[in-house]
Amino acid sequence: MNGTAPKISVRGLEKSFGPKRVLDGIDIDCGVGESLVIIGGSGTGKSVLIKCILGLLHPEAGSIRIDGVETVGMRRGDRAALMRKFGMLFQGAALFDSLRVWENVAFGLVQGRGMERAKARRIALEKLAAVGLGAEVGELRPAELSGGMQKRVALARAIAAEPEIIFFDEPTTGLDPIMADVINDLILKCVRELGATAVSITHDMVSARKIADRIAMLHKGKIVWQGPAGEIDVSHNPFVDQFVHGRAEGPIQMEVRAV
Amino acid sequence: MIGFLASVGAAFLGFLAATGRLVNFALMGLAALFSPPFYPRLILRQIVYMGYYSLPVVGLTAIFTGMVLALQSYTGFARFNAESAVATVVVLSVTRELGPVIAGLMVAGRVGAAMAAEIGTMRVTDQIDALTTLSTDPFRYLVLPRLLAGLVTLPMLVLVADIIGVFGGYIVGTVKLGFNPANYLTQTESYLETMDVVSGLVKAGVFGFIVALMGCYHGYHSRGGAEGVGQATTYAVVSASILILVCNYMLTTAFFGK
Repeated sequence: MNGTAPKISVRGLEKSFGPKRVLDGIDIDCGVGESLVIIGGSGTGKSVLIKCILGLLHPEAGSIRIDGVETVGMRRGDRAALMRKFGMLFQGAALFDSLRVWENVAFGLVQGRGMERAKARRIALEKLAAVGLGAEVGELRPAELSGGMQKRVALARAIAAEPEIIFFDEPTTGLDPIMADVINDLILKCVRELGATAVSITHDMVSARKIADRIAMLHKGKIVWQGPAGEIDVSHNPFVDQFVHGRAEGPIQMEVRAV
Repeated sequence: MIGFLASVGAAFLGFLAATGRLVNFALMGLAALFSPPFYPRLILRQIVYMGYYSLPVVGLTAIFTGMVLALQSYTGFARFNAESAVATVVVLSVTRELGPVIAGLMVAGRVGAAMAAEIGTMRVTDQIDALTTLSTDPFRYLVLPRLLAGLVTLPMLVLVADIIGVFGGYIVGTVKLGFNPANYLTQTESYLETMDVVSGLVKAGVFGFIVALMGCYHGYHSRGGAEGVGQATTYAVVSASILILVCNYMLTTAFFGK
């Protein structure tokens, strides 16, 4: 991260579901235009962390600042204005199946910003072209698309309003390696063209290495390591080493019950 | 004994908390009515879906209800030589009670279940979170149009059901039971008061709101994939049906209770 004030600053973030503490005092920053990738095993709280930053979940304690403005406990009206800075690619794409593809991409422009439909449609088709999908795809329903195409549409939707911060939740999960690489390339291209700040969560190390400027590792609700992407292989952190090499033995113990 | 009291107390507190959550949910939905943006197309779409497409099922139920009512009341009244009251019983029963209740229950089964399933699927596939990230308030976009559609549509459906139900009684009365058509209509008209119809329509508005509220509430809070959506659908229909029957008694007491 450079010396300027961070775009996103998280301090002492705590979130529990019943007795289970999912986030246990998270401290992390993300600089302007930086691509931060958060890695960690399944169920370690990665999705919960970005949902807290987005305001979809409410943390019990801690601070989240966007451009220096505290967002925890923010009023609904202010939150709605803040949302305009965000774009989000959901793990399962989360496309609206009652709408056509172009309407999905244009949704935030039409409903969220009151843009005229014809203008929003033109922008949606441009964004679809940017992720390699033709205008004819715009007329289809999401159910008619493959998983890779749905991810691309979701990416087009995330960037349609040209947000300042884009969140990627497991962008390559469930895709074959070639399609995963296509998505990684598209993420890099879109984020660079927009000059946006990107926060991604993944357990796909190929994806993490490709799209990250900086990587942080989450384990049991805490950041156990963070550093430049190039240092991930020489972190000398036992958690990171075990995760990166995919070893069963190490400090990370999978909670497996005997049947 | 203390354990028993504790469990009763816990159940009561749970009931109060659930009621509070439901009221809060309804108020959040209705609060969207007082500030833009509004989605008139979505409201219209819900009205068409809830009203127009429910006409066949409500109409069929109403006509057979009116027909059975005429037959059964004739059987009963014939024992006291009071057959002439059949037309009056049919029209009062249909407009005051059976029209709104049966239409409410049928719409709860058809529309309430569909609302819970649709919104529940949106919840478990992150579509509701996606709405929020796209600067769109889910209460404004999903809940309010359905609540308004329920409130407006069911009275219209019940008005149609009243007419069809009374017609069903007329058909049985004149064709099967041998009533003079003109006398039957005179009996129907002379004992029917405006309040009978109006009370039924007010009930229908309340029932429509309940159906939409239960569908939205249970769908919005569904969890855990297909099983959770299935549960939400069941809860929506069962809770709407029970609330309709409870509210029907309360409203009847309010309108006609001594």
